[in-house]
Amino acid sequence: MSLKADEVLAIARLARLSVADAEVGEHAAKLGSILEMIDQLQAADTAGIEPMAHPLSQGQRLRDDVATETDRRDDYQRNAPAVHDGLYLVPRVIE
Amino acid sequence: MAWETVIGLEIHAQLATRSKIFSGSSTAYGAAPNTQASLIDLGYPGVLPVLNREAVRMAVMFGLATGCTIAQVSVFARKNYFYPDLPKGYQISQYELPIVHGGSVQIDLPDGSRKTVRITRAHLEEDAGKSLHDAVDGMSGIDLNRAGTPLLEIVSEPDLRSPEEAAAYMRRIHQLVRYLGISDGNMQEGSFRCDANVSVRPRGETKLGTRAELKNLNSFRFIERAIRHEVDRQIELIEDGGRVVQETRLYDADADATRPMRSKEEANDYRYFPDPDLLPVHVDAALIDDARAALPELPDARRARFMESWGLSDYDAGVLTSARELADYFERVAGADGVAPKAAANWVMGELTAALNRDGLAIAASRVDAAALAGLLRRIEDGTISGKIAKDVFEGMWAGEGDADAIIEARGLRQISDTGALEAEIDAVLEANPSQVADYRSGKTKLIGFFVGQVMKRTGGKANPGEVNRILKSRLDRQG
Repeated sequence: MSLKADEVLAIARLARLSVADAEVGEHAAKLGSILEMIDQLQAADTAGIEPMAHPLSQGQRLRDDVATETDRRDDYQRNAPAVHDGLYLVPRVIE
Repeated sequence: MAWETVIGLEIHAQLATRSKIFSGSSTAYGAAPNTQASLIDLGYPGVLPVLNREAVRMAVMFGLATGCTIAQVSVFARKNYFYPDLPKGYQISQYELPIVHGGSVQIDLPDGSRKTVRITRAHLEEDAGKSLHDAVDGMSGIDLNRAGTPLLEIVSEPDLRSPEEAAAYMRRIHQLVRYLGISDGNMQEGSFRCDANVSVRPRGETKLGTRAELKNLNSFRFIERAIRHEVDRQIELIEDGGRVVQETRLYDADADATRPMRSKEEANDYRYFPDPDLLPVHVDAALIDDARAALPELPDARRARFMESWGLSDYDAGVLTSARELADYFERVAGADGVAPKAAANWVMGELTAALNRDGLAIAASRVDAAALAGLLRRIEDGTISGKIAKDVFEGMWAGEGDADAIIEARGLRQISDTGALEAEIDAVLEANPSQVADYRSGKTKLIGFFVGQVMKRTGGKANPGEVNRILKSRLDRQG
């Protein structure tokens, strides 16, 4: 299975990656080879096999509903490029 | 052409846990920005989510209450999209294997009939943070206190056929989650939010039309208005030769209109896949037993019981069971010694509800509690005061003047039932109005009302009306 140029660009956009026009062909080929492997997998007969959501055969551990975290905002915000009145600042988002 | 409206709702109910769904951060509302956002909520590298048992139990309670199948194995999935209030770049949700599926609720229609609305599924997911768009010049501020708050997303089948049905269903789910105690349902604080998928089709057509998704329908009033506008817009569009495009539209309450929210090239492609950080959730029998044991009497059962044990009409029982707190309050009043259940119903739905509405109070914050109201109704029942005087006493209780007995005593409102005292008042009235007495005796028996009024005037409304009537009649008829 091969990918078209606009499909490569759409995937890149969803991942917020910028791809130069000159690179599109190369990405299409590489991604296409991954999809070929998927095609091989698709050929396997999986009828009657329950889909596996996780390789471990255990169940999720549950925790009690207790608030254990304390306020460490000042520590955490030292990693932020910009904060104001306790808020993280980001370039304006328009709905 | 005749059109049919088709609506399905997605309701997000914030679950009333103390801590978040995957972290030990508090979920308390109104804290200073980002003071309840831990490393997990912030999406720091290397952290792992751990599922809150209580969120699972609450979802199972909802499933049991709506006749859903509880999935023995359910799976969390990543829903991928970029937005600043979603630090990880994905929301942990459930996709192919939700925790509960395939249930229903009944809604009451305006014509008195009932309708079954099917619930496709309800799944657990985490909430996102909040963006404040005018925080600083040219910048948006992000508060991640809400990020990671547990949500139950309840998805209905497209069974609703009008804005009124959609609102009735939304109320029904709201009532249910509040009865179950799994969500506070506070719409102002965003604890209960609703999106609607709306489409129209020619009447008789069985295929669904193209739908638009309406977001931000956060009040029972808005949902009706927003859907009505959207239906009109779609019909007009189609009749003018256009086509409805599948898109997300935002309801703007101020403009009372819907407008497109995202452009088409950003059409949602969430690329769901199972979250490798979380193992499949096994709901075992012990957890289901836990959830079942915690189920309260549900609204329909309680309504039926109110009719049966308290002798209420279907309508009264419906009103009094509309909210769990109201039903609890009523039962405390009606069950008190010396109180007539029907009077309790009338007073709770009448004077009490009016006073609460007037002051904008919830029943839990009522200035007159159930025991105090029972104390008042007991004094009507035992003849100490009339129903009319009781309204004044209630206002006094509401204003904080004390309990019913104290106010009756302090204001000297005790009803005069003593025959001797009443006879004296009645004789004085008859003596002062000889011509009316003559008229009455010549057949104008309607004048009885005039005499009762005069006695009430002389006694400041305190005369026992039944006694006054009885004595008046015997006096007037005997000497006639």
